[in-house]
Amino acid sequence: MIPASFDYESPKTLNEAITLLASREDAKLLAGGHSLLPAMKLRLASPALLIDLGRIGGLDYIRDSGETISIGALATHAAVAASRLLLASSPLLAQAACNIGDIQVRNRGTIGGSLAQAHPSADYPAAILALDANIVATSQSGERVIPAHSFFTGMFTTALRPDEIITEIRVPKTAGSGTVYKKFHHPASGYAVVGVAAVVRGATGKIDDVAIGITGVAEVAYRATAVEDALRGKPASAIAEAAKHAADKVEALGDNYASGDYRRHLAQVYTRRALQEALSSKRK
Amino acid sequence: MKKNVRIVINGAEHRAEVEPRLLLVHFLREVAGLTGTHIGCETSLCGACTVLLDGMAVKSCTVLAVQADGRSITTIEGLAASENLHPIQEAFWEEHGLQCGYCTPGMILCAHDLLQQNASPSEQEIRDGIGGNLCRCTGYQHIVNAVKAASRKMNQRQRAAARAAD
Ligand SMILES: Cc1cc2nc3c(=O)[nH]c(=O)nc-3n(C[C@H](O)[C@H](O)[C@H](O)COP(=O)(O)OP(=O)(O)OC[C@H]3O[C@@H](n4cnc5c(N)ncnc54)[C@H](O)[C@@H]3O)c2cc1C
Ligand code: FES
Ligand code: FES
Repeated sequence: MIPASFDYESPKTLNEAITLLASREDAKLLAGGHSLLPAMKLRLASPALLIDLGRIGGLDYIRDSGETISIGALATHAAVAASRLLLASSPLLAQAACNIGDIQVRNRGTIGGSLAQAHPSADYPAAILALDANIVATSQSGERVIPAHSFFTGMFTTALRPDEIITEIRVPKTAGSGTVYKKFHHPASGYAVVGVAAVVRGATGKIDDVAIGITGVAEVAYRATAVEDALRGKPASAIAEAAKHAADKVEALGDNYASGDYRRHLAQVYTRRALQEALSSKRK
Repeated sequence: MKKNVRIVINGAEHRAEVEPRLLLVHFLREVAGLTGTHIGCETSLCGACTVLLDGMAVKSCTVLAVQADGRSITTIEGLAASENLHPIQEAFWEEHGLQCGYCTPGMILCAHDLLQQNASPSEQEIRDGIGGNLCRCTGYQHIVNAVKAASRKMNQRQRAAARAAD
């Protein structure tokens, strides 16, 4: 399994990468390569030029920016999963990251690459949506901040323009909220058959605010707004009934392993479990 | 357009001019002549091709040789520091952690990464840790036992070394 021939550039700076990307229509960015290289081996993708972002220094940070935590696009899944900063002040992304693939995949794959790929069963999108994160895209015309809710536009498609590179992801701190990522792993691929990310703010027994992102069910990850609306200001006892709306108005995907109805069902069950766990795991 | 690469494998430098599409696993086996790294699926799923890239386990069928330029690789041939086996290798031998041996180099290098992160993993943590490596022979139980035994050996040796340094 060998990819078709391509040219390869490994720019040392972001500016060089941006210029290269703008100058060639047939180019593709390479980050961790754990979606792109498998696709190239299967000849599902045959870019004429690969622009390897891996040599650009300083794009893999995870740092405290006050209200938010800023994550460089090249931060690997392993780095996100193990980040003390994230675990202490905004653990949801780390909770999702440790569920991605296996050790080897997490050592190579990057958060920027995963978001750009927008796989319908990827784990990060659920968490990014539930956190109302912002995605920073950089091109020759400067930086553009794309809110999570307008970033994922369809299966494998995003709001990124062809000349843009994801450079940073900004997530709010979630102190005072409970966060949980619950995933039903596909037994062969390891991707999410269903993945539910929940952020719950509230005192014991009562929910003040809640955000739920769901991946794996539909062509594109979504916010379970019907569940959220049914729970704001409500007691914890409302969770079981509200979670039944986890896949309302969603066109569910089906395949040989899991039918659309089964995915809908899983979405409800995993939403209920995620909410109950998030409420009881609530942090100081 | 070929590229010059310089990759340090098991401490020895290898230079070659390669096509950018050359996979690291093919570089290791065909350019460097180190066939301890196996190819199972070539589709990122089986882990047979696992090596350490700057100390971290990666599937070498899903890394380009050009991505490893200037970096350092450890394959199964280079895991043991001397004539002796590495404690993980010893443990696989003693605990019957292999039958045909096809998955073994990848299993051992993946276990190495796991034990670097977590010196005393539980049974479940070991099973999760080797989740990206398939074995068609053992049923995994003896591999799990071997990783547990390796963890005990490595912890013991570390304690002994610490005492000796006191
Ligand atoms: C065996 C296996 C199991 C996996 N299991 C899971 C799983 O359980 N859950 C999950 O979510 N994912 C899973 N993945 C996918 C994995 O998370 C990938 O790492 C991820 O989807 C892509 O990230 P990457 O850095 O490898 O990107 P690449 O493969 O390098 O790139 C992917 C795409 O994004 C573009 N791109 C990359 N970086 C940027 C950037 N900064 N700006 C703009 N565009 C960019 C590339 O051009 C390409 O189109 C799995 C992959 C494998 C091989
Ligand atoms: S040969 Fe690389 S994962 Fe199977
Ligand atoms: S020992 Fe034969 S594949 Fe694992």
